[in-house]
Amino acid sequence: MKSIAAAVVASLVLLGTAGLLQAQRERAFPPTDTPDDEVLIASPTALRRMTVGFNALAADVYWIRALQYYGGTKRRLAARAPAPQPPHALAGTSDYDRLYDLLNLTTSLDPLFDIAYRFGAVFLAEPYPLGPDRPDLAVKLLEKGMQARPERWQYLEDIGFVHYWYERNYKAAADAFARAGDISGAPNWLKPLAATTLAQGGDRRTSRAMWLAILQSADVDWLRHQAEWRLQQFRALDDIDVLQARVDAYTKRTGTVPRDWQSLVAAGDLRRIPTDPTGVAYELGPGGRVRLSSSSSLLPLPVEPQRLPAATP
Amino acid sequence: MKSLAAIAVNGFRESVRDKVLYNLVLFAILLIGASYLIGQLTAGQDIKIIKDLGLAATSVFGLFIAVFIGIGLVAKEVERRSVYSLLAKPIHRYQLVLGKYAGLVVTLTVNVAIMALSLYLVLAYMRWGVDPMIEASWDARALDPALLQAILLILLELMIVTAIALFFSTFSSPILSAAFTFGITVAGHYATDLRNFQDVVDAPIAQHVARAVYWILPNLAQFDIKSQVVHGHAVSARYIGLVSAYAVVYIAMLLVISTVVFSRRDFK
Repeated sequence: MKSIAAAVVASLVLLGTAGLLQAQRERAFPPTDTPDDEVLIASPTALRRMTVGFNALAADVYWIRALQYYGGTKRRLAARAPAPQPPHALAGTSDYDRLYDLLNLTTSLDPLFDIAYRFGAVFLAEPYPLGPDRPDLAVKLLEKGMQARPERWQYLEDIGFVHYWYERNYKAAADAFARAGDISGAPNWLKPLAATTLAQGGDRRTSRAMWLAILQSADVDWLRHQAEWRLQQFRALDDIDVLQARVDAYTKRTGTVPRDWQSLVAAGDLRRIPTDPTGVAYELGPGGRVRLSSSSSLLPLPVEPQRLPAATP
Repeated sequence: MKSLAAIAVNGFRESVRDKVLYNLVLFAILLIGASYLIGQLTAGQDIKIIKDLGLAATSVFGLFIAVFIGIGLVAKEVERRSVYSLLAKPIHRYQLVLGKYAGLVVTLTVNVAIMALSLYLVLAYMRWGVDPMIEASWDARALDPALLQAILLILLELMIVTAIALFFSTFSSPILSAAFTFGITVAGHYATDLRNFQDVVDAPIAQHVARAVYWILPNLAQFDIKSQVVHGHAVSARYIGLVSAYAVVYIAMLLVISTVVFSRRDFK
């Protein structure tokens, strides 16, 4: 028993010494961070053959890599101040250039990997610096998903969403929603959404209806939270419109621009200091412009798309 | 039959003595550790990934047991010279081969069964407290009984690999047997490529050879239904039946050859 205790103590001491030596070495010769975002095997066919029998597990590994790559790049870009704004044409070939390859490999290894298509498309379509600003690749990935799983109307809904939200291409969006509605088992709100998109694309109500539909059909937490967040943004946009009208009316009536909300509350135009859907007070900017507080989690608000021109007979 | 059962039970006991079942501890640690880590990394895909990981680990752990224990089944007895005392007993050589095989199959079955149970336990834990709406959106239920179909085919594949290892073990050294068994197992997963060899080669002889090798090699790719099951795609009972029948026949063929080779072996 004594000898076992001595062996355990000796092992712990030796392990501790090894740790101290390693720490000493790291201080003297700091390890360099080697970027691990290379896609060493770009061919999906080669990778499928190499991972024979374990394709799905390899797809999981590539999915985790894609998530880490996307999240890491996004965080790295967010840490830069001010946010970089490269030309649109360069965005996809710079910071997120491995993203599509990783997603393509994931979905080639496991063609039934639903979330890789759906989340991957959103990652690809997000505008720079939140993503590579490549809605074309997002649509390509979702079309690949449609080939693998023709019964998944959700991919066409997502294609419509990408066309609508990121490309402002309402006709293509309406086409995709209509195609989704044609698939057996698709919900009945897709066809009306297609018609509304075609008629009133760019309208805030249409955008809200689309996000509401996404919220109702969201089958993953992330997508549901995203839809809730977007709907809160729309509520904030509505609030700002209403508040701006009150501020403008106050200015017109009194001849002075209110400096704070208390002026409007004292004048009876507001009952209390207005807050956005997350509970953060709105701000009154220079010239009486109503805006979200810089500490609001709803920033940045979406740029409202241009409404479709009136149909010509 | 009694002798065969005695050899099988003894083989199972031997593998337990050899600490083969320790791999189950590693399997449990792997799954429990992964279930914690994967939840942080996978954007809601933790159940799918745990299923993929659990099935892949079952397959890999089982493969290592099948190969490394399988190659020693007969060779170890010969090396230790304990085969002489065994053969001096009133048993036939074929009973020794079949008993050894049955013992390892029992070991594998116990292993795979415990790994399957562990997988279901981890999945039950991960499912606990999940919003029913989220659960309804999954391709397949967390505790989907269809997982057992994939596990059954993994076990059948392992039984074929064990029979291959046993076959080589009857006439070759353990190192060569391991190399041959791994080689045939890997080739067995690419067997389908041989069937389509004529698409890439014009020479008729090469085509015929490739076609012949395709029919001779065990087609192990057909035992892999992991992805379909994890995504909730139904695998028909007819498919399972045909693949299972293929496994039984192929194993029988290997055992027949193994017993013949072992019976004709001269131990002088």
